Amino acid sequence: MSNLEDLKNAATPLNFIYKLHEGMMSKNLKLIYEGDFSQDILKAVLSMTEKQLESIGEDGKIKKKVFNIMVECLQNICKHTEDNKIKINHKSAIFMVGFENEEYFICTGNPIKQENVELLKMKLAEINNLDKEGLKALYMEVVSRGAISDRGGAGLGLIDIARKSGKKLEYSFEEMEKDYLFFSLLIRIPRN
Amino acid sequence: MDVLNLKGTDDTPTIVLNAEEKVFNISGRSLPEDAASFYNPVLTWLDDFATTQSGVAMKFEVKLEYFNTASSKLLLDIFSKLESINSNNGNSVNLEWYYEDDDEDMMEAGEEYSELVELNFTLKQY
Repeated sequence: MSNLEDLKNAATPLNFIYKLHEGMMSKNLKLIYEGDFSQDILKAVLSMTEKQLESIGEDGKIKKKVFNIMVECLQNICKHTEDNKIKINHKSAIFMVGFENEEYFICTGNPIKQENVELLKMKLAEINNLDKEGLKALYMEVVSRGAISDRGGAGLGLIDIARKSGKKLEYSFEEMEKDYLFFSLLIRIPRN
Repeated sequence: MDVLNLKGTDDTPTIVLNAEEKVFNISGRSLPEDAASFYNPVLTWLDDFATTQSGVAMKFEVKLEYFNTASSKLLLDIFSKLESINSNNGNSVNLEWYYEDDDEDMMEAGEEYSELVELNFTLKQY
């Protein structure tokens, strides 16, 4: 009576739970977080992911890469959502970690103000145009350039993410309501 | 001079700066969101050291498991202070940068800092 097929076919208002679960399984998602982002949430999300990676006996080197990239992604979201604090409904963002075809992937999605889009697009394009050596040079230039910007990160986060993953950043911008775009970022971290 | 002793947390490192005992180290995780505020006492302590201490052979140890990019800039600020302490008032500084044996990213980070500052820089695997 309560076998999986029944549950799946039952037109109950709760079947979205199963659908979501199925979706997560099929995409090999290890973790999804949707909501407000803060340093405390960051610590909780990191700790959960770290435990998962430990429980499957993941290699220390890969674990550190995933951890480092997660930190930069999550702190980038924190910074953006702070910028958006005037409009409370724009604070919400999404963060996902998954594993597929021998690579980890980290996805983030958050609204950003229209006025910040051009600068972000330029940064992303610049980073994706550089090879390993070029990224190192850019990182060293930015880190030694002096005062950290108001946003606290000196734009180093994305450069660091690209360096540590060794892959191009994949991204898109979707139209939201007036003045906002939804910025989606996908980072692949190969296990080898 | 005062001892600076910060106990590590989930997202901040353990820091001990003790001129009398000659213990100078930073270890653990450094992921604070506001790295500038967190490291401010360290920078102040080093300023005090530079103006009050002489003839100290400082072995400054950095043994970090993780650090975020917000911390990377502040680490450079710390190393710049060490650079000015070194060879002033008879003080000398040796910086020891530790990395776990398979952690290439941490090793490279050490190499990069050694290119950015004029300090005796030793990379140590653990």
